Amino acid sequence: MRAVSDPSRREFLGATATVGGGLILALTLPYPSGKSGSAVAAAAAGPGGQLNAWLKIARDNSITIIVDRSEMGQGVYTALPMLLAEELDIHFDAIRIEAAPVGDAYVSPGNGGQITGTSNSVQESWDKLRKAGATARTMLVSAAAQRWRVDPTQCHAENGTVVNARGNVLTYGELADSAAKLPQPMDVKLKPKSSFQLIGKSRPRIDTPGKVDGSAEFGLDVKLPRMLYAALAQSPVLGGQVKALDSGAAEKMPGVRKVLLTPGGVVVVAEHFWQALKARSALAITWDPGANARLDNSGIRALLKKTAATGPGLPARTDGDVAAALQSAKQRLSAAYYLPLLAHACMEPMNCTADVRADGCDLYVGTQVQQVAQVTAATAAGLQPAQVRVHTTLIGGGFGRRLDIDFIPAAVVASKALGVPVKVIWTREDDMTHDTYRPPAYEEVSGGLDASGKLIAWKLHITSPSITERMFPPVKGVDDSVIEAAVNNLYDVPNLAVSYSRQEIGIDVGYMRSVSHAPNCFVIESFMDELATLAGKNPYDFRIQQLSKKPRQRHVLQLAAERAGWGKAPSGRHLGLALMEGYASHLAQVAEISIVRGELKVHKIVCVVDCGQMVNPRIVESQIESGIVFGLSSALWGEVTIAGGKVRETNFNNYRVLRNNELPELDVHLVESDEPPGGIGEAAVPLVAPALCNAIFAATGKRLRTLPIAAQTLAGT
Amino acid sequence: MTIITVNNQLVNVDAEPDTPLLWVLRDHLGMTGTKYGCGMALCGACTVHIDGAATRSCVLPLGAVGGRSVTTIEGLSSNRSHAVQKAWLEIDVPQCGYCQSGQIMSAAALLKINPKPNDADIDAAMSGNICRCGTYPRIRRAIHRAAELLETGAAK
Repeated sequence: MRAVSDPSRREFLGATATVGGGLILALTLPYPSGKSGSAVAAAAAGPGGQLNAWLKIARDNSITIIVDRSEMGQGVYTALPMLLAEELDIHFDAIRIEAAPVGDAYVSPGNGGQITGTSNSVQESWDKLRKAGATARTMLVSAAAQRWRVDPTQCHAENGTVVNARGNVLTYGELADSAAKLPQPMDVKLKPKSSFQLIGKSRPRIDTPGKVDGSAEFGLDVKLPRMLYAALAQSPVLGGQVKALDSGAAEKMPGVRKVLLTPGGVVVVAEHFWQALKARSALAITWDPGANARLDNSGIRALLKKTAATGPGLPARTDGDVAAALQSAKQRLSAAYYLPLLAHACMEPMNCTADVRADGCDLYVGTQVQQVAQVTAATAAGLQPAQVRVHTTLIGGGFGRRLDIDFIPAAVVASKALGVPVKVIWTREDDMTHDTYRPPAYEEVSGGLDASGKLIAWKLHITSPSITERMFPPVKGVDDSVIEAAVNNLYDVPNLAVSYSRQEIGIDVGYMRSVSHAPNCFVIESFMDELATLAGKNPYDFRIQQLSKKPRQRHVLQLAAERAGWGKAPSGRHLGLALMEGYASHLAQVAEISIVRGELKVHKIVCVVDCGQMVNPRIVESQIESGIVFGLSSALWGEVTIAGGKVRETNFNNYRVLRNNELPELDVHLVESDEPPGGIGEAAVPLVAPALCNAIFAATGKRLRTLPIAAQTLAGT
Repeated sequence: MTIITVNNQLVNVDAEPDTPLLWVLRDHLGMTGTKYGCGMALCGACTVHIDGAATRSCVLPLGAVGGRSVTTIEGLSSNRSHAVQKAWLEIDVPQCGYCQSGQIMSAAALLKINPKPNDADIDAAMSGNICRCGTYPRIRRAIHRAAELLETGAAK
């Protein structure tokens, strides 16, 4: 039996039929609306009022915990059930996991929809799921007390059973039916930290066994009876359309069942994927390239720079009087930074399987946005959202790419046309050349120092496209996802201005792991080093002297410097550091590098993390390692280049990512903390590039104000 | 019809001879543990063993398999008892998990020819397997651990 299952497919019918045969815990929690995604969420949610189910206990004592966040490697299928199980008093190893269906109750208050993103899964589940567990336990104890005709205070829960003072025992399975009929207690008491059995202790991930024997089912692995496979031909120029299609040759090829014109491109459906792929190359398509025919990287950069010059844009934060402070500063410095487009490059290329019938649609997809996926499929199928059941599969890398739904409609349209399930698979080349790319950013920054070398003025002007404006319009004011790590300034500076100018570039840009934390942290932490140099101070001292309001940040910086041997780099080695507060977590990184004949080698990355209370430290550690590796790939090589509206990078030979043999030594240190949990899936990514570039400056005196590093000349000055 | 040997069983495959072994395994034989990642032998997600050697199945046409023996992740062991799988479980290597079948098959092939690899050996054998989640530090630890399990006879 696999621990992780798709409920809606294998057991949902059974489970609903046996609702009377067990306890389904309903826990309705209010959530605020008003975030940017809420309109979509409201439209997508369909008929409301359905109970919010986190837990099923069957008569055979099997316990199923429903997880409303998509598992894409970050560990939610383990960490979230641990929260509920902590209060439920059960054997954790015996539980099973189900991916939540679409439902109002699974809407993330912070994200404004049923969305796995912004690293808030544990943050938002921390109280919610512990309460869900405590509520269920209370009901089970009450049910046992009624059965025994004793007061509930004379009974207690213990490893999936309720026990009374006389030593009688009833299992949760025996109690589930009657417990489900009891009213839900409104106020339940949660365990103090000192009583935690599960939370805070490392334990194996629930999804590991299926991932070491090949049985874990990703979207690409979905198998349905009579299923056909499809390849999709998309315009080589981003945003182009089909002008003319001759599919005669393709349709005659072995196994081909149909060629369809869809808004997303030409779909070739065949009995097997390889047949579909071969037939795709036999299509004769004339493309209308559309508006992007002359789009290229230098044009995009020039456009952003030109827009930046038109004015400071919308204020995101204004403290004091920056203009006056810069004027009066003893020393001033200004610089411009530029960050390129990036690709997500998830290991599992985009794919989707749809089974459309006259009365409904089953959608099997690795998605981070269940409601949006539902509405997208419904629209493509000509159905109501409530007629679409979304089965969230395991995700072979999300990184924000699967917050988009562009890989869904073709499968739905093809399945509807053929009357059988269809799986559309993007090739790696499709995936790389039709990503929703991390947007570029042009950032101008100025700083002013007083006579003692203290920071008295800081001005940051960010110019970039708005992802949220594309995905969840309209955005009121400044798009929050553009100014991360910039509005929550770490350093003591009385006069501060952060502003934003929106400039679209004609192609779809998307959220990518750590979103704007990455460009902004790069600019801020690089420029802090520039200012330290201007002040004649060591970058560590310069920062630590200006963190008076950030004790947790001071602490991680001190620890990181200590662990990295700050100021004591071995001969030929150079250190650079970076700080960031994001996702309610506090991080410091130190990179140790050498440069020999212009060739960079990264020897070590130290990362100290204070993310508050940890649920499963081993997963936290792996996420920090993961973020560092992801950040290294982006910093060293990450750049999507566009020429004539086409993306040049096509596969892992020309979009380079870090490999095993290129891994530096990683020293991850997790700080014990009683603060509420912070996010860890994205937080480590942004610090890598500035730490590396600050180390490169220490080695060469050369300041890199653009990435990737591999595209720059590192020869010393 | 082409007859090949997969996980010690003779199977009949009705696919064109140019079909990559990867898609034969996945679409024709329903063995989806072997993953598609790049189609160009660049990422290693599709790694299987051909006569024991790590091979990228995405660029090996069905017609070229011949009488050689194909082993996939499903055939590595029936119960996750292979030393590499045991070590992977112990170190809790996978994150998203998508590349892990390929990582495990590459590691198992390495240990077969080099039961006590050092870090440089591991780098050389594993650099063809990309992991976007960055499980590399744990992969390295797990390969050393698998070598220990082999040495002590705790697994094979």
